[in-house]
Amino acid sequence: MLLIHCPYCEDTLPELEFTYAGEAHIARPADPSAFSDEEWRDFLFIRTNARGPHYERWRHIGCGRFFNALRDTVSDRFLMTYKAGEARPTLTQEAAE
Amino acid sequence: MTRFSAFSLLQQALNGHKGWREQWPDSQPKAEYDVVIVGAGGHGLGAAYYLAKEHGITNVAVIDKGWLGGGNTGRNTTIIRSNYLYDESAKLYDHALDLWDNLSQELNYNVMYSKRGVLMLAHNVHDVQSFQRHVNSNRLNGVDNRWLTKEECKAFCPPLNISPDARYPVMGGALQMRAGTARHDAVAWGYARAAAARGVDIIQNCAVNAIRRGPDGAVIGVDTAKGFIRAKKVAVSAAGNTSVVMDSAGLRMPLESFPLQALVSEPVKPIFPCVVMSNTVHAYISQSDKGELVIGSGTDQYTSYSQRGGMPLIEHTVAAICEVFPIFTRMRMLRKWGGIVDVTPDRSAILGKTPIKGLYVNCGWGTGGFKATPGAAHLLAYTVAKDEPHPLNAPFTLERFTTGRLIDEAAAAAVAH
Repeated sequence: MLLIHCPYCEDTLPELEFTYAGEAHIARPADPSAFSDEEWRDFLFIRTNARGPHYERWRHIGCGRFFNALRDTVSDRFLMTYKAGEARPTLTQEAAE
Repeated sequence: MTRFSAFSLLQQALNGHKGWREQWPDSQPKAEYDVVIVGAGGHGLGAAYYLAKEHGITNVAVIDKGWLGGGNTGRNTTIIRSNYLYDESAKLYDHALDLWDNLSQELNYNVMYSKRGVLMLAHNVHDVQSFQRHVNSNRLNGVDNRWLTKEECKAFCPPLNISPDARYPVMGGALQMRAGTARHDAVAWGYARAAAARGVDIIQNCAVNAIRRGPDGAVIGVDTAKGFIRAKKVAVSAAGNTSVVMDSAGLRMPLESFPLQALVSEPVKPIFPCVVMSNTVHAYISQSDKGELVIGSGTDQYTSYSQRGGMPLIEHTVAAICEVFPIFTRMRMLRKWGGIVDVTPDRSAILGKTPIKGLYVNCGWGTGGFKATPGAAHLLAYTVAKDEPHPLNAPFTLERFTTGRLIDEAAAAAVAH
């Protein structure tokens, strides 16, 4: 059972209270009609699928809010969670903590 | 290669079974091969076998970071079926089923393919309509599948609870009689033995760190834990780790890797004659020849490379089994494990060429790769040898994610993902 920290509730809760919502920091196209087929492919389908630290979105069912997490996909350990809209933290910052 | 037969068995029996030799050598890499296959699972080993047998290409290496058959080939629930909705998928999986038919004889290795039937239960009106559509679609494609009433389901699978006061009452089911199970390890071992006998090198415990490309962009070989191996053609068949391997060639993939778990019970006497899948209640079950109930369901919700998965999914799976088969509520579970499956956005495989010259890929089989093993292997060998896809795998391109010509089995596969 994963224990996940909700940055809004500031509480660490079991996995059952959360739903996974895919890779984080994938920006919607600013001008969709100008997007080429390749850009649509990259936006819709191509994923980093990182083996190691992975930026991803989760939703806390309790408070209903989406947030971002940095999780190691080899150990499944959460390195950190942060609120949606915050800039992507770099790995070096995380390593320093 | 020693040929297995009743006579060789008898001969060895008289000899105290002391004369059996190893079935394939522990090869060390040569400097150069015509074809390097990354991933020594059923798909990769099978592709090497068909390259040697059908296309005369024997200077082939199959390289794996672990031991052969130690990934998803050895971690699945061994179910084989071909009742997919769309024409492209039905033809692809039925091609695999045709090859399963004679695989033991072809490899001279008993893969224990048992056509015990796969029964998919319908629990509500939507299930009934959707499965009947599947049955009709399959029959139009020449794929075996038929509709059973709930009484017929009970007659076919006696442990089933068809009582109308069940929480999820059984309203009927779709039965593919040609479907069933096989011994997963034997598939890897059989292909490995047959491929090695034709000169293929199987290199285990040797991670491929990167695919190397020349100045013109074409593949020139692979960097491995045992040094650089030159090859003009590289085929990646690395299941959950495909993204990582392809990244090293500079190609990002439309894949996500999820843990898919399974579990087995303590062994009991034969009680369960077939495979039953219930997608609404979300679990499936069969009984192995050792007597264990083999149980599985969908993937965990998050991407991972951990080959473990979480307990909440196991609890959910076992709850579903107890709901449909109250007879099993007091069975004790023996062990559970996880494999990492590579899932595409449309839940169909990618099998073919890539934009990089000399690089081929066989991936994206998601939760259903085992059943496709002989078919995928056969078609991958064809694609690599001819440098063009076989008509059966031509629709399963990487380009479909650009053109939008998806094969959307995500909702249609009638199976838990």
